[in-house]
Parts: sequence; C-alpha cells; structure tokens
Amino acid sequence: MSANLEITHAFEDVDLGKLERSLRSPRTLLSAVLSAAAIAASLVACVPLLSVLSMLIYRGGQRLTWAALTETPPAAFASGGGFGNAIQGTLTMVGIAVLLSVPCGVLAASYLALFGPETRVASVVRFASKVLTGLPSVLAGVFAYAAVVLVTGGFSAPAGGVALAVLMLPTVLLTAEEAVRMVPVRMKEAAIGMGVTQSQLLWRIVLPTAMPGILTGVMLAIARAAGETAPLLFTALFSSYWLVNVMRPTASLAVLIFNFSGTPFPNQVELAWAASLVLVVMVLAFNITGQFLSRNRHSR
Amino acid sequence: MGTAARGSTLPFDAVVGSISRPPTTWERAADRMTRALTLTLAWAVIALVTFIVLKIAWTARPAVARFGFGLLTSTTWDTNRELYGLLPAIWGTLYSSILGLAFGTFFGLSIAIVLSQDFLPPALEVVLKNLIELLAAIPSVVYGLWGIFVVIPAVRPIAGWLTEHLGWIPFFGTPLQGPGMLPAAIVLAIMVLPTVSALSRDALIAVPNKLKEAAIGLGATRWEAIFGVLVPTAMTGIFGAIMLGFGRALGETMALAMLVGNSNTLSVSLFSPATTLAALLALNFPEAKGTEAQVLMYAALVLLTITLSVNVVGTAIVARAASKLRGIG
Repeated sequence: MSANLEITHAFEDVDLGKLERSLRSPRTLLSAVLSAAAIAASLVACVPLLSVLSMLIYRGGQRLTWAALTETPPAAFASGGGFGNAIQGTLTMVGIAVLLSVPCGVLAASYLALFGPETRVASVVRFASKVLTGLPSVLAGVFAYAAVVLVTGGFSAPAGGVALAVLMLPTVLLTAEEAVRMVPVRMKEAAIGMGVTQSQLLWRIVLPTAMPGILTGVMLAIARAAGETAPLLFTALFSSYWLVNVMRPTASLAVLIFNFSGTPFPNQVELAWAASLVLVVMVLAFNITGQFLSRNRHSR
Repeated sequence: MGTAARGSTLPFDAVVGSISRPPTTWERAADRMTRALTLTLAWAVIALVTFIVLKIAWTARPAVARFGFGLLTSTTWDTNRELYGLLPAIWGTLYSSILGLAFGTFFGLSIAIVLSQDFLPPALEVVLKNLIELLAAIPSVVYGLWGIFVVIPAVRPIAGWLTEHLGWIPFFGTPLQGPGMLPAAIVLAIMVLPTVSALSRDALIAVPNKLKEAAIGLGATRWEAIFGVLVPTAMTGIFGAIMLGFGRALGETMALAMLVGNSNTLSVSLFSPATTLAALLALNFPEAKGTEAQVLMYAALVLLTITLSVNVVGTAIVARAASKLRGIG
C-alpha cells in the first residue's frame, strides 16, 4: 500500500495530459505524416512492377501461340512467325555459360572457404569477384568480342556464352563460398576424425552438404544471364534461322526483343511483347527455384 | 572371430581394425590434384579480371595514343570527318545516373525504413520485400520495351505542359519528342531501387536495437528516432548502398539505349534526347570499323574506369560500415 502511495507522489507534479500521444502535438503529427508518406512511397514503388507484369500478360499473352514458340522470326512486312530459334539460342548460350562458370566458380569458392580462407590469394579473389559483380554487362560483351570474336573470326554462340559466363561467375562464386562456409564444423571434424583426405572431405562431405546453397547461386546467376542483352549484341549477334552450327551468329530472346521493339511493324512489336513474357517467365522460374532451394536449406 | 586383429576379442573392434589404413598412393595424388585444381581456379578468377582490364586497355591503346585526352572534352561525333567527342556521352552517363539515383534513393530509402522499422505486419513486410526483389529480376531489355510503350506516352503530356509554361527553367527547356533523358532516368530509378533498398535495409537492421530503444525511451517519436539515431548510425552503410546503386546505374545499357534517344547532344534539359557511354557502345560497336572501333574501345575504357572506381569505393564503404558497427553492438 505504502509503495503505491510513494509512486503517485513521485509523479504528482507531472502533467499526465502532456504525456498522452495526441495528433494535435506537432511532433506526433509530423511522425504520423512521415509514416504515411513512407508507406505511400513504398506502394508507389510497386506500381511499375505491377504495370510491367500486367502489360506483359495483356500484350504478350495475346500473341503467345504455339506458332510464336516454334517458328522463326518474320521478315519486316511479313505476318505470323515466332521466336522458336531465339528460345533455342538463349538456352544454348546460357548452357555454355553454365558449363564454363559453374565448375570454375564452385571449385574456386571451395578454395576460398575450405582450403585457404585466410590466405592472401583468397582475399584478392574475393575482391576480384566483387569487382566483376560491378562490371557493366556491355563491357563483358566488349571483352568477349576482343577475346573470342576477333580470335575465332566470327560471331558465335560460344562467344555469347563466354560473355554471359563472365557475368555469372561472381554470383556463383560468392554464393558458393557462403554455402561452403555454412557447412557445420562438426561434420567436417567428424569426417577428418575418420581419416578422410582433404579432397575426400570436399567431394563427399562439404559439396553434397552445401549443394542447395550452391544451386541457389547458380539459379540466380542463370536468371540474370538469361535476361542479358548487351553482352550478346556483338558476340552472338542475331539470326533469323534455327541454330545448326554453333560457330555461326545465334539468336536470343533478349536481342530479339531489342531488335523488334524499335521497328514500326506491329507484327514484330507484338512478337517482342510475347518474347518478353516468355523471357520473364523463364527468369522468374529460375529465380523462384533458387529461392525455394535456399528456403529449404534455412528451415533445416 | 578368428579374424580378430590386435588381440581384441570384440567383433566391432575387429571390423574397424581391418578397414583402417593409410591413404593409398592414388588417393594421395587425387588429394593433391584437387587442391591444386581449386587453387588454380582461384588464380584463374584473378587472372580473368586482370585480363579483362588489360584486354580493353590494350585494344583502346591506339585511340588513346592518337587522340590523348582531347576526346574527353570535345563534343562533335562525325564518323565521316573522323571527329569523335565523348563529352556528351560522359555527361549523359553521369546526368542520367544521378537523376535516376536521386529518384531511386528517395523511394529505396523509404522502403528500407518501412521494411526495417516494423511499420507493417510481418506478412505484409515479406510481400513487399519479395515485390521489390522481383523488380531486380526483370531483365533490362523488358524495362526498355515497357519504357517505350508505357513510360514515354505517360510522361509526354506532363513534359509538354512543363515546357510550355515553365520553359524558362533550363531543366524544361526543350520539348520531349519521344525518347529523352526523363523517361530514361525514371526507368533507371526503378532499376537501381532494389539495390539501394536492399543494402540500406541491411545497414539499418545492423544498427543495434538498444540504440533505438534508448531514443524511444528518452521520449523521441518514431521518426525522431529514425532521423536522429538510426539513419546517422547507419549513414556509412546507406552511403555505400547509394554508391553501389550509382555503379549499377552508370553501367546500365539496354534500358538507356532504348529510351535515351541516342543523340550526341549536351543539354541540361530533362526532355532533351541524349546518349550514354554504354548506349554508344551497344549501338555503334557491331558496325564499327577502323578508327571508330578504336574510339569505342576508348569509350569502353572510360566506362570501365568510372564504374570500377565507383564500385570499389562503394564496396569499401559498405565493408567499413559493417566493421564499424561491430564496435557498438
């Protein structure tokens, strides 16, 4: 009883009305206004996304027929046609890029995370891959042009693949390093206690355990590479025919969208929208697979 | 039990004893090879970056030797008279990036604050976070297509009104005839927004909760705590996020090549067509021959220098911010 009395006494000369939060006080009012403004700004930022997606479904969906997916691009005034060869070309070049960047990225990452995490080489590699992350994609194209196109003497699918691989490498490497680092120490110690060699530890314990994380990185890198246009413009160029010889110019969805978006022919513009829809669905599929894999890993 | 080795009578021990052995020669060789392979590939990454920089610098060398730094300050681009000026492209690159970054930072920072300070119920927060991440996933060529058919028609009437009534302000000096700086900057803002918001959110979340609690405990309102304590503490990280967003904007190619108009003009007007280094490369490189090809490699070198320095500084700032906060935590 006496304790209660003491507390009331201590607060006697405080005006309790002033402590109440009221919108009439300028400070609370300002705070409420700012909260509303911040939430409004966040909602406004979602408008472009919704606009892009609805336009893709509305304008791309109209033209998305079986013929569009399986035929070759039409000439300027022709009607009909499709972008089957561009889907084929995009998949081929992303495939080449995966074959080049994934083994290199994952094994270099195992060195960074497992064999020599504290070495000077490791920190230089980390710096180098961060530099690569910031490399403008058009410069990856310039590089592949100088290093592959000029050497092999022509625009080709492998040249495009090299340019995409340069862009995929840092994502693959940095996420794989993180995934390998996340492998519990007790698993590694148990394996070493059983007498495995370092490489057996890598192949049999660390890489299988880190696989979901590594695949997340690979999926995100594929999603980025599939949508890249600038590196393909002067490495793979474009082609209106099916891909028969990989050493010839190769079509891709991204370059097709770019080429057709600037034309005055409605048929080609419609095809550009349909191709965008296909490309975005592809990119999102890889993205969502990647995030799904990493979610499983975290919940384990 | 007759197989029991080393005098043990337990069958369990016997089995373990029989399979334990030193690694065979082959296993030792495989071990050494694997480790050598990983080290080689780690070196290969360093070699690749060095090779990219040197290859671009080496191919640009003839143009650098011939034109020196004069290209950076001259404005005419005329292939027939062999006049090549990179100043409009450099100006366009910086101007479009700064404009895009200004819009992108405003929205990105708002989102970072909303997502890190418990404004929304957790379920909505996840939805908003995924939507913003989705923005980053859409390929830039699709943004370009969307910009041509949605953004340009949408801003044209507004731009027309501004030019007519406020034309005396240099920013609104010329009319918008289709592609131009403003549509490009708007699309650029959308593209850098995910980078800025994700990295600033990380920086805000890294601020120890007790600092915010102390501010609220002293009677600060939510936004007094945000502007007085949280943002200043996370400032280094936020600044790094903005720098990395700037790096992304500088190197962005396709959306700009499709929206900026690709005209070699030097203007502060938001509605004037312009060009950027990346767009110049993307559009002229495939058909360039002789001197023009060399000059474009020069442009590539300039772009490489600008983006790499911005990115290196941004990465260093983000890393410093993380290590600085470790002290407070």
